[in-house]
Amino acid sequence: MSAATEPLLAVRGLRVVLGGRHILHGVDLDVAPSGVTALLGRNGAGKTTTVRGVLGLVPRTGSVRFAGAETVRLATHDLVRRGIGYAPEDRGVFAGLTVAENLRLAERAGAGAPDYPLVYELFPELRERARQSAGTLSGGQQQMVAIARTLLNGNRLIIADEPTKGLAPRVVTEVAQVLERAAQAVPVLLVEQNLALVRRLAASCVVLADGRTAHRGPAADLLADAVATRRLLGVGSNSPAHEEADA
Amino acid sequence: MSTVVLLAVTGLGLGALYFLVASGLSLIFGLMDVLNFAHGALLSIGAYGSWWAASGHLPGAGSSGAGFVLAVAFGTAVGTLAAVVLELALIRPLYQRPREQVLATVGVGLAVPALLSAIWGADARPFPGPHALSGTFGLLGARIPVNRLVLVGAALLVLAALRLFLGRTRHGLVVRAGVEDRAMVTALGIDVRRAFTLVFAIGGAAAALGGALGGLYYGSVDPGQGTSLLIFAFVVVVMGGMGSVAGAALAAAGVGLVQQFANYYTASGLGDLAVVVLLAALLLLRPSGLTGRLA
Repeated sequence: MSAATEPLLAVRGLRVVLGGRHILHGVDLDVAPSGVTALLGRNGAGKTTTVRGVLGLVPRTGSVRFAGAETVRLATHDLVRRGIGYAPEDRGVFAGLTVAENLRLAERAGAGAPDYPLVYELFPELRERARQSAGTLSGGQQQMVAIARTLLNGNRLIIADEPTKGLAPRVVTEVAQVLERAAQAVPVLLVEQNLALVRRLAASCVVLADGRTAHRGPAADLLADAVATRRLLGVGSNSPAHEEADA
Repeated sequence: MSTVVLLAVTGLGLGALYFLVASGLSLIFGLMDVLNFAHGALLSIGAYGSWWAASGHLPGAGSSGAGFVLAVAFGTAVGTLAAVVLELALIRPLYQRPREQVLATVGVGLAVPALLSAIWGADARPFPGPHALSGTFGLLGARIPVNRLVLVGAALLVLAALRLFLGRTRHGLVVRAGVEDRAMVTALGIDVRRAFTLVFAIGGAAAALGGALGGLYYGSVDPGQGTSLLIFAFVVVVMGGMGSVAGAALAAAGVGLVQQFANYYTASGLGDLAVVVLLAALLLLRPSGLTGRLA
């Protein structure tokens, strides 16, 4: 495998046991060194646990290679400092802190000057609301804070866990545009239920089922195959899943 | 009238003592989910450290003037050091085992007073304070002991310093964020364990200062002081809202006042009971504490 095609993140046999329950039974996952890799699966398939396992936020075993080095024994903060921006499923925005404080907290020493020009260009609203308490923001605005944090530090990988979940259609479009633009510079691992968005953004995809990798391949191929999509994801590839998310 | 004034100032003085213990306890619980039953021991270490230094054992320290300030600083420093050692040696290795962690802090909370009475005896030792602080002054017809004001002043200074630290510094930002969501702080690339040690140091310093000044308030030090104060400090922490420094300040003043007035106007001892009733009422009416927010 040449350096250009070697995956940026290579996960092998990832297992997670929480409270005596086996959540992941061996997930294999590659994130390409460019573009968007989608992580798909039905509810409860283990997508969020996979992401949390990769980051070490839950105890895990297996192999997690990031940028060519094994990281499964690293503490979360040490792995993240190697260049990962993480926007979690619940957005992980600190409600009691202002917008500016949320962003300042994400600034990383040794990662160069934080890229506020980029953040404010993409989300001019965050500059206007800098002194507003993040707990009073709308869901869409909180998602902007969560994504902005991943863009501040010139990361090598962005992990976004269902960034469009529960957002209004107009905001979904906005978030999609930002992700599309971010993915031009940084590879993105995108957990997403909105297949229209996956079709638009993702080059390759990994599908989980019952805590295992059930499918890997180009996203377009999977979504073009209605039978496989229905079997793996439980929805028709043409059904706009975001209608569900918008409800 | 003069009785009311005296009771009020004494209640506030006692509240100040509670606040010095409760502020650290509250931050430690808010950030780390650790119920630190050893916090009273830190107070006792501060008290005995200051007493030891002020009794002429530490060169330069003494019972008056700059010597007394040095003695208090020494006691506070020893308490801070003890808090850091406690976090690094005992709390940190047990983060994945909260039950053992609580038991370990209970053990330290029992062992330190036992150790103190083994070395210096179980009886109260007179605390050598400066002459200027042992007198009284007139306020609205009441004779108020000066040391009450020293306690209130110190508590206000600690409150202001904590608010500055939490509101203006990067470490304070990490602590505030960590109280909300510790995992997310680490997911931003921040080693939250450093904040743990720092919060233990700050909490230990405040408690040890409380111990030194408590020596002034009670006029003596004894091995059990920290433990008895700790109970009321826990009440204050719960009332103020876990992790809230401003809430702790408000609750500490309230508890101190209620205790003083109830003990004086009803039967002695009923004040302590009244505090518990107050806590129960508050828990039923406002489960998130007085302010419901941090700092």
